[in-house]
Amino acid sequence: MRIPVETFRLENGLLVTLSEDHTAPIVAVNLWYHVGSANEKIGRTGFAHLFEHMLFQGSAHVSSNEHFELIQRAGGTLNGSTWLERTNYFETVPSNELGLALWLEADRMGELLPAMTQTKLDTQRDVVKNERRWSVDNQPYGTFLEKMQELVFPASHPFQHSLIGSMDDLSAASLDDVAEFFATYYTPDNAVLSIAGDFDPSETRKMVDDYFGPIPKGKARPPLPPMDLPPVFEKRLRELVYDSVSLPRLFMAFRSPVFGSDAYYAASITSAVLGLRRGSRLHRSLVRERQVAADASAFTFDLAKGTDLLIVDVTARPETTATQLEEEVEREVDHLHSEGVSETEVRRAISLIETDLTASMQSAGERADRLSMFATYFGDPALINEQADRYRAVTTEEVNEIVSERFGEDNRASLIYLPKEGVESENVLAAAGTG
Amino acid sequence: MMVTSLRPKPGPPRSYRFPQFKDETLPSGVRLITAPVAKLPLVTVLVLVNAGSTSEPRGKEGVAALTAAGLLEGTASFDGAELAEKFEQLGTSLESGADWDSAFLKITVLSDKLQEATRLLGEAISSPVFPEREIERLKAERLAEILQLETEPRGLADEKFSEFLYDDESRYSKPDEGSTESVASLTRGDVEQFYKSNYSSGGTTVIVVGDISSENAKRLILEAFANWPRGSSRETQLSGKARQSRKSTHIVNKPDAPQSELRVGHVGLPRKHPDFFPTLVMNAVLGGLFGSRINLNLREAHGYTYGASSFYDWRRGPGPFVVSTAVESEVTAPALREILLEIDRIRSEKISAEELSLATDYLEGVFPIRYETTAAIASALATIAIYELNPGYYDSYRTNIRNVSEDAILEAAKTHLHPELLQTVIVGDASTVRDSLANQGMGEVTVHNV
Repeated sequence: MRIPVETFRLENGLLVTLSEDHTAPIVAVNLWYHVGSANEKIGRTGFAHLFEHMLFQGSAHVSSNEHFELIQRAGGTLNGSTWLERTNYFETVPSNELGLALWLEADRMGELLPAMTQTKLDTQRDVVKNERRWSVDNQPYGTFLEKMQELVFPASHPFQHSLIGSMDDLSAASLDDVAEFFATYYTPDNAVLSIAGDFDPSETRKMVDDYFGPIPKGKARPPLPPMDLPPVFEKRLRELVYDSVSLPRLFMAFRSPVFGSDAYYAASITSAVLGLRRGSRLHRSLVRERQVAADASAFTFDLAKGTDLLIVDVTARPETTATQLEEEVEREVDHLHSEGVSETEVRRAISLIETDLTASMQSAGERADRLSMFATYFGDPALINEQADRYRAVTTEEVNEIVSERFGEDNRASLIYLPKEGVESENVLAAAGTG
Repeated sequence: MMVTSLRPKPGPPRSYRFPQFKDETLPSGVRLITAPVAKLPLVTVLVLVNAGSTSEPRGKEGVAALTAAGLLEGTASFDGAELAEKFEQLGTSLESGADWDSAFLKITVLSDKLQEATRLLGEAISSPVFPEREIERLKAERLAEILQLETEPRGLADEKFSEFLYDDESRYSKPDEGSTESVASLTRGDVEQFYKSNYSSGGTTVIVVGDISSENAKRLILEAFANWPRGSSRETQLSGKARQSRKSTHIVNKPDAPQSELRVGHVGLPRKHPDFFPTLVMNAVLGGLFGSRINLNLREAHGYTYGASSFYDWRRGPGPFVVSTAVESEVTAPALREILLEIDRIRSEKISAEELSLATDYLEGVFPIRYETTAAIASALATIAIYELNPGYYDSYRTNIRNVSEDAILEAAKTHLHPELLQTVIVGDASTVRDSLANQGMGEVTVHNV
């Protein structure tokens, strides 16, 4: 299955990708800015995400919250999200409202700053602090992402610090920071615009030219510090977290080939063999047969720079101690490392991934988002059409090469959550640990 | 300056129609709904059975969910692991479960694997063996999930809200998948009995959506469900009796919680209520949209929260109306005050034409965006089947939204919002919150442990 992809670049550097589909009268607009928490300065953790909130606070010709109102009034859906490497903004609207969506995105790309005020920044700072309380501090295992980043990345690495940010850093963010971040990163030459669905290509090109064409190109952006890391941790990493949780849960991370590389597809299949759905190894062994886990899964972060992370995520049954849980998972990983995976397991993984890839192409918003992703990371949105083939081309031998390279004892980082009430067993656990 | 300051006007709208479907009853009594949608080589098959939590015998809460999960744990020919392997070798995305009104099994698969996957689906649902070991495992997994809720404020708040809202006699007062006590007491025999009494042709609807003709879909389903037991049963507990007839507030104590999870509401309406449309639009204005009164007030004006919303949980019986948010602990009382003010305000004065059009334009315009996937279309058709809506429901949906007036909304708010009956649940730090609630018009305040 292939979708049409047409790509062009404006003089100001904005990369535009179009994908027509006239099955329903709707169209998706999606912008990726190549900036994420990795680009934050010291003392400003969480700023990229706070900034994303500010982009909904109006621009030169759009008043506060009007962006949301205009799109919803048009019968559209919208949102934005921030990740380590990028920030995206997206709306899906009835196709006759494409102009509105493009105009709104252009107005905030071109002229955000006239609308910024201290009051808006203060309110959004409070909103984001509440987002942090809600999704991180007051949620069992909610600190997983920031604790894992801290555990597995070296101190100076751009992926090491918290995405949502610390309360202190959020408090310190100023309007000057907003202006500087905007001028540096929110420029057409640091963005990709994707449009997918029911539109007329020549009219759309004209609108894109009219709205985005006049926005000036940005200046040189500060380069990210070196991101590359060795293929393995080279030692055991391990951290215990006593938290308000009911059951022990182990997140085990492995350094893994970066998203989009040849080896990535083999690693992604390994992840599916281990922990995608009920027929996966970990589910079969730890949940079904040995009944030590209540749940087990695995996934990749899909980081395109430095190193990716493959995460194994296993929650204990109430009668399983954290020590047992860790031993059981280690045993599975040892077994994987020494014996490799079978052809049948690889076929199961590829079949599941293929169905998911096809299903994801049903929604205009998801198509547009993936086009933006491939354009942002690799400059080539048409890679969207090669994904199923890339997975299908992976052989069992290639998967086993990755398994042998990446699943040894020199590449495991364990983050173990334990119920606070279980603190008395801490010494036992610490003694049992190897790191 | 650079970007043109002229807002573009919308072009002429293109028409959209909800996918056409065929609705028929097979000789066995199974209702078959097929919607050919040829966009991508994918098909979703959704099997619905009148075997949800409201069909459970009293004291057997959780048996509906356990039975639905048990369908995938082994058949006459395959054990559970083999069944999972077979489905997944075909790349099948597979889900089973039970909600208040029905049990379901759902697959989405590439069209060239559909026949084999549908056969497996038919086998799973027609000849489950419910192995003792697997049923005991599923019970243990459910008990682990209940234990997890004790430290998960959002889920805990939802569950406590239902418990404080509904009288014991209502099935809705207990978790849909059962409590620790009820689940622990369930046996393999209970599962088998529940299956025998509730899984039968007369209570089954099969929905097939995607890249397949109605004729071929029918052939597949006739074959896959050839052994489906006949019969029908429809005894459900749909009582929505409230526990209290006056306002009250329940703090579920979570010492040192950085936020208070809030649920404020009362017993709502059954899905088939004639005021469905005015109530839906009224709620959209009150708390259903990002631009709704409650969200703009709590999030954008006050910065109390990351988000606040309200909704009617539509079920066959009267599900709850609830306002849901999480606020910083210190502002619990002022946030609650704003919620109560908004409920009072929408009951006391007509909303503006602007607010009405925001809600109706949104609900009308977003309609086609809701049905982009085979799974979403299948769920929409399930709504018709579960709530016995008329077959033209989706064709007249947008007109029904458009016809709601400001007067109808005021009427719906006055009739279907009941400030004097509001039950409030706060999962949070009682020592921070409790005193601040005195004299706030929150009714009697009690503190509970998890």
